[in-house]
Amino acid sequence: MTAVAKPGSRIDAMAIGTIIAAGAFYAVWGAANATDRAFSIQMWTALVAFLAGALMLFFYIGQDRAEPPTRYENGVIKAGVVASMFWGIAGFLVGVVIAAQLAFPNIFYFEDFGWLNFGRLRPLHTNAVIFAFGGNVLIATSFYVVQRTCRARLAGGLWPWFVFWGFQLVIVLAGTGYLLGITQGREYAELPWYTDIWLTIVWVAYLLVFLGTIWKRQEKHIYVANWFYLAFIVTIAMLHIINNLAIPVSFSGWFSYSLFSGVQDALTQWWYGHNAVGFFLTAGFLGIMYYFIPKQADRPVYSYRLSIIHFWALIFLYIWAGPHHLHYTALPQWAQTLGATFSIMLWMPSWGGMINGLMTLSGAWDKLRTDPVLRMLVVSVAFYGMSTFEGPVMSIRAVNSLSHYTDWTIGHVHSGALGWVGFVSFGALYCLTPWLWKKKQVSHALVEWHFWLSTIGIVLYITSMWVAGIMQGLMWRAYNEFGFLEYSFVESVEAMHLYYIIRAGGGLLFLLGALIMAYNLWRTATSKEPALERPRDVPAAGAPVAAE
Amino acid sequence: MTNRERDEVSGTETTGHEWDGLKELDTPLPRWWLFIFYATIVAAIIYWVLMPAWPIGNGYTKGILGWSDRANVAADVQGLRSARAPMFERLATATSTDIAGDPELQQFARAAGASVFGDYCATCHGAGGAGAPGFPVLADDVWIWGGAMSDIERTLQVGIRSDHPDTRMSLMPAFGSGILSAQQIGDVTEYVISISAANNRLEANTIAAGRGAAVYQEQCGVCHGATGAGDRTLGAPSLVDDVWLYGGSRAEIRRQIELGRGGVMPAWGERFDAGTLRALAYYVHDLGGGEADAPPPAPAAAPVEPSQTTPAPLR
Repeated sequence: MTAVAKPGSRIDAMAIGTIIAAGAFYAVWGAANATDRAFSIQMWTALVAFLAGALMLFFYIGQDRAEPPTRYENGVIKAGVVASMFWGIAGFLVGVVIAAQLAFPNIFYFEDFGWLNFGRLRPLHTNAVIFAFGGNVLIATSFYVVQRTCRARLAGGLWPWFVFWGFQLVIVLAGTGYLLGITQGREYAELPWYTDIWLTIVWVAYLLVFLGTIWKRQEKHIYVANWFYLAFIVTIAMLHIINNLAIPVSFSGWFSYSLFSGVQDALTQWWYGHNAVGFFLTAGFLGIMYYFIPKQADRPVYSYRLSIIHFWALIFLYIWAGPHHLHYTALPQWAQTLGATFSIMLWMPSWGGMINGLMTLSGAWDKLRTDPVLRMLVVSVAFYGMSTFEGPVMSIRAVNSLSHYTDWTIGHVHSGALGWVGFVSFGALYCLTPWLWKKKQVSHALVEWHFWLSTIGIVLYITSMWVAGIMQGLMWRAYNEFGFLEYSFVESVEAMHLYYIIRAGGGLLFLLGALIMAYNLWRTATSKEPALERPRDVPAAGAPVAAE
Repeated sequence: MTNRERDEVSGTETTGHEWDGLKELDTPLPRWWLFIFYATIVAAIIYWVLMPAWPIGNGYTKGILGWSDRANVAADVQGLRSARAPMFERLATATSTDIAGDPELQQFARAAGASVFGDYCATCHGAGGAGAPGFPVLADDVWIWGGAMSDIERTLQVGIRSDHPDTRMSLMPAFGSGILSAQQIGDVTEYVISISAANNRLEANTIAAGRGAAVYQEQCGVCHGATGAGDRTLGAPSLVDDVWLYGGSRAEIRRQIELGRGGVMPAWGERFDAGTLRALAYYVHDLGGGEADAPPPAPAAAPVEPSQTTPAPLR
């Protein structure tokens, strides 16, 4: 276990340098030959990023990075916590703006200047909250959890940092691209082809870092959280690559044509879209749940057997459920049947995670009164249970004939996104900040404010969308006694006005809560109070950590 | 499993594994969870037997119920068509007076017209035909191409400046692009104001209007008529009233003379069947300003009913 990696013998730095050089070369070529202005701006952005990456790389090589090998890699996780909070607030803010635009369409609408129109801000919002916020939380927590539960330092030397910064570049290219009007028009997969390729490179590096760390673990068994993280990383790679198979019109322009067409294209997209929910927003965040809830509750996980069965059942069944997004469309009815029935069979496997999360608290329920962080984690699991019940119900074709294309879907997504993904992420970040910065715990009073503001916000959001969605569905299908449609479409839009205002108010409360959280985390990380180091992170402790 | 220990709270054994202080209990699967899971699987299998489900080669298992979305939709559409058919047949031969005199037929025509108008026409003409700049008001009694039900139906049929071969077509030149000087346009604007009911509020400059009269007769009178009364056969709006398609301020009137704008209405005859068109024509006619059909000289035309002088509420 010699500690010092000699400068000059660093394969990781050389490989990363090669990728950066190749990327910079392509960006220069692309900017010089750009067929349109938007692509040119994207290439200049990428070039600046690659040059900054090169500078950082020289800085790292020049620095003597010899750390005690028994130490875990914490720097990249700290960066991930900061990035999560930053992108989270950005994404929530855009969400509030577009919610206001739906209620008052003239807000930020400029006829001659499209950057802030709803059509461009909407993918900016969805991608910012799912991939920028959620993705950073997943990368940061997975790096934290895999090290502790494998008792091994992150594999790959500089590669975890490549994953982190590479992912931030994906976010910047995606976000600025959407504002410029660049999109593939595939929901949650709007990234153009070159950003897709860059994300693939970053994601493969992420997979290798994660696998490498598991490979050198000093524990005999692999902890359940790591199964979920691994399932998330592997499946997202597969979904991303297949759904984005496309042929660019030019290598110096952003536009491309999908390799699929017609209903096959739609099915591929929703196979991707649904499993982005299943493996990004469910499996990945279950990984978070399986580490942070037992940790914060200081109780053993409720049932090992349940974790095995529900893991494999979830993985096997989720991948089939996509066609339920295409009920009553050109998709053949047999495919709709499979989508609906597999969604229904998915109900209990989803709830297995909820049971394991909630029942882990048996013997520690009293802590919910005193520990708002634990309460946030537990309420997230309750929202998870609710939306994974609502999902199978909505996948039933008869229910879907009412709910499809309405705001009920939006409400369903947000009970999962705000309640489950949001709260479990917040809980994890509240835990991680004092642990990583070795500071006193976060202010519980401020967490209480965050918890209640956000919870009220979520309840306003989902109830207004239930009412709005069911009302829309009923108005669209209402016939009068003569056999003609009772309402024109625009009348159903008009009827939504009040609910859209309530929804925007709910979103605003959620954003306020997140701002309080950011302040709380910042105050914790910069506080002067005595350090509170977790005993197991101290190198001298009984359990040594596997080095590089 | 040497490290198995018994959890004091639950009385259950752990699995003996430990990661970073985390342990797992060896609790058996909850029975209710397992039973519901099995039940959903059984329900899925039953559904597969009943309904179209699994792909096989070039086909799929049809299911013993013989259920087919395509067949169901076709039957539903057919059912709706036949339920409406008798009324549409009566509508096909009815004049506006016939419809107004038959409450059952009138309600049907209003319902059919309102549902189509709300989704296709209101986008431009506004709810209830309230109109918008560039899109004529349909609820008043001012008509560019004629306000009898037959005229309205014809307009719906072929559209205005549409791609239909017999489309209603009028083309006002853009007098601002080289035909008239700025001075002449100003004069004509004053003249148009002076002959219109707008003179009461805008008070035309009589000297300029005098100069504009000659220009008007030379350039505008051909279509809009020597007195400015307009000509429906040419689609030339009347200039003597105070109704303006592109706005009635002095600047807006001048702008229209400069630009000669004209909107496009699609030919709906290619989109809707005859019955729907008739109902739509009646609905628009019924909005408030419908005129009696032209052919009968009708000295004893039916007195205008009160309901026809105020815009009918939508639906």
